[in-house]
Amino acid sequence: MQAYIPIFLMIGVGLFLGITFLTLQRFLGPHRPNPEKLSTYESGMPPVRTARERFSVKYYMVAVLFILFDIEVIFLYPWAVNFRALGVFGYIEMILFILILLIGYIYILKKGALQWD
Amino acid sequence: MDMMEYFSNADLVGSSPILALGTFSLIALLVNSLVKNSQKIVFWVCVAGVVVSLWFAFDNFELNHTAFSDMLLVGGYASFYSILFLVITLFALFLSVPYLEKEEYHLGEYYILIILSTIGMMLMGSAGDLITIFLGIEIMSVAFYVLAGYFRTKLSSNESALKYFLLGAFATGFLLYGIALIYGTTGTTNLIRIAAQYPQAFMDPLHLIGWGLVLIGFSFKVAAVPFHMWVPDVYEGAPTSVTAFMSTGGKAAAFSAFILAFSVPMSMHDPKLTMVIAILAAASMLIGNWFGLSQTNLKRMLAYSSIAHAGYMLIGIASGTQLGQQGITFYLVSYGLTNLGAFGVIAMLEKENGKNLSYEDYAGLARTKPALAALLSMFMFSLTGIPPFAGFVGKYYLFASAVQSNLTWLAILGVITSLFSTYYYLRIVVYMYFREGGEELPPLSRISFATVVLSGIGIVVLGIVPSLILDVLKSMF
Repeated sequence: MQAYIPIFLMIGVGLFLGITFLTLQRFLGPHRPNPEKLSTYESGMPPVRTARERFSVKYYMVAVLFILFDIEVIFLYPWAVNFRALGVFGYIEMILFILILLIGYIYILKKGALQWD
Repeated sequence: MDMMEYFSNADLVGSSPILALGTFSLIALLVNSLVKNSQKIVFWVCVAGVVVSLWFAFDNFELNHTAFSDMLLVGGYASFYSILFLVITLFALFLSVPYLEKEEYHLGEYYILIILSTIGMMLMGSAGDLITIFLGIEIMSVAFYVLAGYFRTKLSSNESALKYFLLGAFATGFLLYGIALIYGTTGTTNLIRIAAQYPQAFMDPLHLIGWGLVLIGFSFKVAAVPFHMWVPDVYEGAPTSVTAFMSTGGKAAAFSAFILAFSVPMSMHDPKLTMVIAILAAASMLIGNWFGLSQTNLKRMLAYSSIAHAGYMLIGIASGTQLGQQGITFYLVSYGLTNLGAFGVIAMLEKENGKNLSYEDYAGLARTKPALAALLSMFMFSLTGIPPFAGFVGKYYLFASAVQSNLTWLAILGVITSLFSTYYYLRIVVYMYFREGGEELPPLSRISFATVVLSGIGIVVLGIVPSLILDVLKSMF
């Protein structure tokens, strides 16, 4: 149990701060609502439609592919930093890794997953 | 830092079946994207991959070590299960071609997904670490989610995929949380190093809760009651060839990892843990067979039968003995062959849009297609557990392990519920042989028929000479 005290402390402090700030601003701050103030972007464009619309599945496709290749870069970073230490072994390893992703890339390209229409 | 000290030739040899299949799956993917209408080529590339992988798995059989710092087991148990998964995959591949051509839904991706899920299964069957098990389950399941929704224009297939995906992802959450708690109480996720901390680690309630959560994850994957709700809908909605593969390969993989993870905790014969698994087994046998009685759709009936069979195999886990684990392994071989054969027959007779799947549609089959009717009857007898078919020997070993571990009530329940199951398994035989009806059927595919005959021969041979497999099993455990 001893080991968990910092976590409980953290939860306690977090709750305390959150609740205090939310209640204090209610009493201390000015409170004069008007339609302009309550709109989603007070100083921005007036929203035209509701945000809860159906999106085309194409966005999902692009998002998934983006995550895939984003992760590739995340793996490349630590490898690049330790390039000298990892040596030839690491180099071959990384080439294999990128080759696998390249095959995946050829697949999505040929299947037209990146074509919008 | 020299990387070579973390990576040796033995690692490469140990993971060769998995690496070979992985390489072939990439080649197949490349062929599929570069060559137009390449379904046939992709199919043969996948078959070649499975065969090469089989060769490596046989080659590794005599070995007995671990690879990648105890992450992967090599030889013996791991090789046996790898061979089992690969043979099931081979059967499933050959069953799929005529089915997909008949349904006019033939894409190369199907075969690639099948062998990708086999890679996941092989990881599960050779896991020395809870993280490897998790990785294998995910690789297998993600491929299954896609395969279940393979008929993407059909509503039932979509429903099946979505249901499987949502529930499966939820169950994986439990599994991971359990692994986290086990890691928290022992400081390692490695099964060998966890076993080294027994029996002290077992006293910690958090450790037991961890195993309980892992148990939930596994129960979902093997389709045990009360985590079985997805099974009937997923099995019915998925393409029949996929159902055949999921219900045999998927279940075998889940049980192989189940044994690896639970053999040490269960050998402690902790009354609480034993009781929990015994109750899971009893509930699966009762509810699976109970609901099986009222089914009219054959795929749905086999789904409930799959739940019931998960119950029989859980007896082997509950017993916590080597006899039980050998029993499960033998059962998986016989169940795999039987179910592949049964689903093979169903896939051959199925008509467009999931027609021709009810009991009535099989009336008079003994007159129109006598060979198929005889084979399907054999599979039903084997599922019931009637000698001389392999299903009987499997059940015998599982019930014997229960008696050995003072779980006689479980064995008695198993026998009684098998008796119930006779009603719905033999009902199809009655329809085929003693009911009039049935229109003339178009000629059936030769490849499918050969595959089904092969599994039929398999269950008879294993039923008469079970020592073929049992001797191997005894040397393994």
